[in-house]
Amino acid sequence: MKDLESIKQQIEAGVAGAQVSLVPNDSPANQPSLLVDAAHGLAVATFLRDEAELRFDYCSNVTGVDWMETEQKTKVKQVFDGEEKEVEQVVKMPGYLEAVYHLYSMELRHGPLVIRLRTKNRTDEVELPSLTPVWRSCEFQEREIYDLYGIVFAGHPDLRRILMWDEFKDHPMRKDYVEPDDYEYEPTPHDEVLAKSKAHYPAEVKP
Amino acid sequence: MDEGLRNELSKQGVFTTTLSDIYNWGRRSSVWPLQFGLACCAIEMIAASMARYDLARFGAEVFRPSPRQADLMIVAGTVTKKMAPQVVRLYNQMPEPKYVIAMGACAISGGPFKQGYNVLKGIDRFIPVDVHIPGCPPRPEALLHAFMTLQRKIDAQEMSGKARPRHLDPDAPSEFPVPQFGEHDLVPSKNDKVWEPAVVVRNG
Amino acid sequence: MSTEALAEPPKNYEVRPKSSGQFEDDMGELLEVSMGPHHPSTHGVFRMDVVLDGERVVKLKPVFGYLHRNHEKIGEGASYLASMPYTDRLDYFCSMTNNWAYALSVEKLAGLQVPERAEYIRVITAELTRLVNHTCLMGFLVQDMGALGTPLMYAFREREKILDLFESLSGARMMCNYMRFGGCRCDLPTGWLEQAQKVVDEYPRFLDEYERLLMGNEILMARSQNVGVLPKELAVSAGITGPMLRASGVNYDIRKVDKYGIYDRFTFRVPLGDHGDVYDRLMVRLLEMRESLGILQQALKSIPDGPVVDPRAKLRGFKPKAGEAYGRIEAPKGELGFYLISDGSPNPYRYRVRPPSFVNLTVLEDMCLGHTVADVVIILGSVDIVLGEVDR
Ligand code: SF4
Repeated sequence: MKDLESIKQQIEAGVAGAQVSLVPNDSPANQPSLLVDAAHGLAVATFLRDEAELRFDYCSNVTGVDWMETEQKTKVKQVFDGEEKEVEQVVKMPGYLEAVYHLYSMELRHGPLVIRLRTKNRTDEVELPSLTPVWRSCEFQEREIYDLYGIVFAGHPDLRRILMWDEFKDHPMRKDYVEPDDYEYEPTPHDEVLAKSKAHYPAEVKP
Repeated sequence: MDEGLRNELSKQGVFTTTLSDIYNWGRRSSVWPLQFGLACCAIEMIAASMARYDLARFGAEVFRPSPRQADLMIVAGTVTKKMAPQVVRLYNQMPEPKYVIAMGACAISGGPFKQGYNVLKGIDRFIPVDVHIPGCPPRPEALLHAFMTLQRKIDAQEMSGKARPRHLDPDAPSEFPVPQFGEHDLVPSKNDKVWEPAVVVRNG
Repeated sequence: MSTEALAEPPKNYEVRPKSSGQFEDDMGELLEVSMGPHHPSTHGVFRMDVVLDGERVVKLKPVFGYLHRNHEKIGEGASYLASMPYTDRLDYFCSMTNNWAYALSVEKLAGLQVPERAEYIRVITAELTRLVNHTCLMGFLVQDMGALGTPLMYAFREREKILDLFESLSGARMMCNYMRFGGCRCDLPTGWLEQAQKVVDEYPRFLDEYERLLMGNEILMARSQNVGVLPKELAVSAGITGPMLRASGVNYDIRKVDKYGIYDRFTFRVPLGDHGDVYDRLMVRLLEMRESLGILQQALKSIPDGPVVDPRAKLRGFKPKAGEAYGRIEAPKGELGFYLISDGSPNPYRYRVRPPSFVNLTVLEDMCLGHTVADVVIILGSVDIVLGEVDR
């Protein structure tokens, strides 16, 4: 497979207006990925599938990822009463949901190419283009992401809950999901179970 | 009846028994399980009914696909919240007398998946269970042992009196309420008449 | 493979959705049936909402989630190693390959090396797992066709032999929990290789018997040929993997493509089908078992001595660097992948399983349209699903 930089250039040349950026991956796995803007997601996917040199005809894996709001602390220099001081400033980075696609080529036998699409935030602007028209294999996996993460895939032929029941309201794989409280006695509670144990069996938990 | 007299009579070809003995003997020798597997434990259940372990020795090889023909429900596997209403419904459809074996850690308590948001922490929250088998998965031998335990339990049942089994008591319930799918959980999330939270008692 | 078509190819029934997505059913002819989740032939708790026109299927929607055990969520709350026993319970016929796929992904993420002997043990156990899986699948599938009892009993007899091997190796019959990051948990017990050699030597006899008994059987051919045909192009675009893909004639075996582990050292062929029907899927699995036996023979002969685990691999306090990795192997059902995102903590930030049989079900409706209900059962059986993996 060609390296990611040249694939990126190829996409930018092939799809007008597409914004692609490289997401590095420091781990020994060395699988960096391409971040594609949501507006051109479908066009880029079609291009990747049809371009004779790339031919990513097989989309293996579709994953949802939930990135919570993070706080970044930066040191900023400010002038107070004519005196320069270093002040810590907390910048809130907005959270977002992400769909990660792992692409392979069955014809040319290369891969994986990892592409990522990101929503604007985690609450109301959670729409992404569905890639099911390009690869049928996304059909159930995107439904699963919709069910568990709440990403709405525009253009998906049949977007319903898949694993949980239809009446269910939450998105359980999100990091801030709170489970219903049906704790049952455990002799050796630890970590997050400990808090529940304290609430249900206060006499049992030693301080 | 005097044991010696019974022995003497049987030497003469006269066999005596009690009504409840013969009734229970008939019931325990033909426990037909419901053909019903939920997860990994079901494979061990199938293995138990195959040649090597041979469940047929206990009169229980006739797995019935329909709950209407079954006496025993082996809850073999994880009961998820999505599946729980169906399990209760199947149990309700079985005719009395009916028994339940909870096979595996999952069916008893949620097992390894206890922390899951969609996992019911034990089928005994909704229906009464006769025999629990721990293990993940329990070996086929453990299932055979559960069978024998169940047979012993059936053997000990009386036909009348206070201790008579549920199916001989017109006031006892034979159907249990089926939970509904709610917005966050099952509604209700347990049947209070069947299940109570564990109470820890420490001696000394 | 036989090219003779015994059954008439099914008529192409047109699906007539109205704009509302509802069916046009002015005559009241269509019947909606919900097959499952308690149904003896759905291989667990799987449900299909089927719309029938007489006996013919005009619409089929699979319904999942009856065994959704929150594997991924639990995996994100547990340390890397703590997820290993959970992978056993994904596809509960093939715990060894599940272990391997997960170990492989973590090894990619953390950059661990696997010693030579451990690689051999992995290949041996994985191929034995493939034998178990395919044998049981054939037993179940033939049972779905109405051959109650006997073939399944034969299959389980063979399965027990291999499970005995697994038990003496790992202590458990089904849930082996045997592999570790950078190797395997323990070395082989004494005499294990000879025992395995014996099982492998005897296996072809069973396969011959099975093949003679079933594959030329007229009823089986009538029931399975030209049923549930999956065209090549659809198979590729729908991400079908494993024997099902190869039965449709696409030569894609991850053991050959990725050459993970030490698969490049063994000679084996990749069986392909040319019709993509249920019969081909059965046949491909049967041939694959023979190839597996070939790999096993080679591996058992050449396994070297040495350590079985990378000395640099840590069990406790295992914290890979921040980053991500996707690792995949050719599990008996298809491509089994694990996608891990690490944020440098002892727990994975994201833990995703790419389940082969879940994705393989994408084309279930396409294969079933126009067939009778009885065929739907067989087609589903030939996909080879295990619900623990489909719903996770
Ligand atoms: S107890 Fe273990 S083997 Fe049985 S269903 Fe649960 S996880 Fe599977």
